[in-house]
Amino acid sequence: MKRPRILLAKPGLDGHDRGVKVIAMALRDAGAEVIFLGLRQSPERIITAAIEESADVIGISVLSGAHLALGRQLVEERGKAGIADVPIVIGGTIPEADANALRETGISRVFPVGSPLDEVVDGMFREASAAVAP
Amino acid sequence: MTGERRTDSGIPVAPLYTQDDLEGFRPDEHLGLPGHPPFTRGPYETMYRGRLWTMRQFAGYGSAEDANDRFRFLLEQGQTALSVAFDLPTQLGYDSSHPMARAEVGRVGVAIDTADDMAGLFEGLPLDKLSVNFTINATAPIILAFYLVTAERQGASYGDLSGTLQNDLLKEFLARKAFIFPPAASMRLVADIVEWSSEHLPRFNPISVTGYHAREAGCNAVQELGLTMSSAIAYAEELQARGLPFDSFAPRFSFHFATTMNLFEEVAKLRAARRLWHDTATTRFGAQDPRSARLRFFSGNSGTTLTAAQPLNNIIRSTIQCLGAVLGGAQSIHVMGYDEAYELPTEEAVTLSLRTQQIVAHESGVADTVDALAGSYYVEWLTGEVERRAREVMKAVEELGGAVKALESGTPQRWIAAEAYRTEREIADGSRVRVGVNRYVDGSQAQHEPRLFTLNPEIGELQIARTERRKAARDEPAAVATLAALREALRSGANVMPPILDCARVGVTLGEMSDVMRDEFGEFREPSPW
Repeated sequence: MKRPRILLAKPGLDGHDRGVKVIAMALRDAGAEVIFLGLRQSPERIITAAIEESADVIGISVLSGAHLALGRQLVEERGKAGIADVPIVIGGTIPEADANALRETGISRVFPVGSPLDEVVDGMFREASAAVAP
Repeated sequence: MTGERRTDSGIPVAPLYTQDDLEGFRPDEHLGLPGHPPFTRGPYETMYRGRLWTMRQFAGYGSAEDANDRFRFLLEQGQTALSVAFDLPTQLGYDSSHPMARAEVGRVGVAIDTADDMAGLFEGLPLDKLSVNFTINATAPIILAFYLVTAERQGASYGDLSGTLQNDLLKEFLARKAFIFPPAASMRLVADIVEWSSEHLPRFNPISVTGYHAREAGCNAVQELGLTMSSAIAYAEELQARGLPFDSFAPRFSFHFATTMNLFEEVAKLRAARRLWHDTATTRFGAQDPRSARLRFFSGNSGTTLTAAQPLNNIIRSTIQCLGAVLGGAQSIHVMGYDEAYELPTEEAVTLSLRTQQIVAHESGVADTVDALAGSYYVEWLTGEVERRAREVMKAVEELGGAVKALESGTPQRWIAAEAYRTEREIADGSRVRVGVNRYVDGSQAQHEPRLFTLNPEIGELQIARTERRKAARDEPAAVATLAALREALRSGANVMPPILDCARVGVTLGEMSDVMRDEFGEFREPSPW
């Protein structure tokens, strides 16, 4: 199987990057190619990078509480760019009600604080293989 | 159970410590008495017998009025000082109307665009009587100016103001990541504030050198201490390079450490911090004034030790951390809310945090005598061991060219990330126990989500409209002139505090001032984390 290409980014102004770096290291150890955009990325920039990098999955991390607005903007930008088949996964401090709302807007998976590391890695690999399947 | 045991920092722990482990330990030299060099036993002679620590819950959200309500509530519950959380746009130099700000207004703290907002934040709260802590860094000179203008309007005199401005940019690059300007410009702003405040604000701490965020970002207790000391050295050298004597500013340095779960290692770290700063101040900087070598600190409990699973367990975790801060001799303490793995704390959760401090203070008896653990074979051995290892971290930073060059290379950031990854791996494989997460998991309440805090969804629009109204009502030529004077000071190298105060007085916004600074200084881009 081809190594999945996973784009990771922190949208908005939130600087809590412990989690996203840990996920990046775990994904690499599991064999993924990780494109790490880093901090303060706009939704537009994340989608553009996903196209340029031919990402199989987009993963974003939000711990500032702005996940609903940022998640919706990202789904919207993805639609405009015509890459609705690239799944988006969000992790962070996300209460259950908001996780449901995010899934309804088109976010594929939500990993709230406390999600086991292996579960996150496995979920991202599954999204990647679903996305690259013919 | 058998097998090897280690502290969180990986220091091997023996099953028993005796007098034999204290070879070379000389109480007169290594401990002294409380309030006396090397201050290992505490910065003050009487410690909590003289005065309890300051109970200072970090708070702020929404508009100035929302945060003012929470402040009044905390004071009514017996809190003794304030600690302000600002939203991300305020921390990063954007007015609430900026496109990057829109999703974040009032979220992780209070939204402050103007000096008028700050006046609203402290409405009815006399600043000459209340000590206030400001967790603000890249925009610290602007927030300090808004605070001083508020004090002026209240009729308070600068000499009566007490509190702390975090104003530690090095740890923003290392861990907290709310930087705007490049390191050299950031160091200049930090030094401008410290220099100006040392002259005008005798009771105010213009900097809090902080290890807390590096710890929360993943590093261990030893690295936290070593990195904090390396930052303090960099700031002291920056100020000395301006021709200022060490003793003119060092007495106003304050520090900020995390207190996490490994109780004795945390106590050892806090005791070692005082001894290490005393040695650094006297040996390296030739401090003559004992106050320059006396480390005072604020302790924040660790949010990253709290779990979403079985959230009530977090109350017990916070109690142990609060106890560690007290046994370590903290001057002020924040206790986390048990619901903070999910959201900002509810009123109920912050009340419990404050009650935790009050129970430790008034019921446990730990505040009845100074430095109760002194002379413990284990604690004294561990204090020495943490100090020795922290010196190795300081040496490694020194070899990278000092704190500024080191962070520009990205090396300490990689130490922090590597340690964070190791911790998560250990939680995943069960070798690091988290009750309710990888041990004693109870499916029925694994994700028992507490009742959560909710923010007024209109806050963004309300705040934008208010700032627009205020800008329309201000003396525009004065705003233009003071902003031009600020630009001139940035170019000439003059201290930024006087022109920023002038801007604040005539209603120039935080975003407008930050834009001028971005223009002149440029913005920092992070080195690759790998």
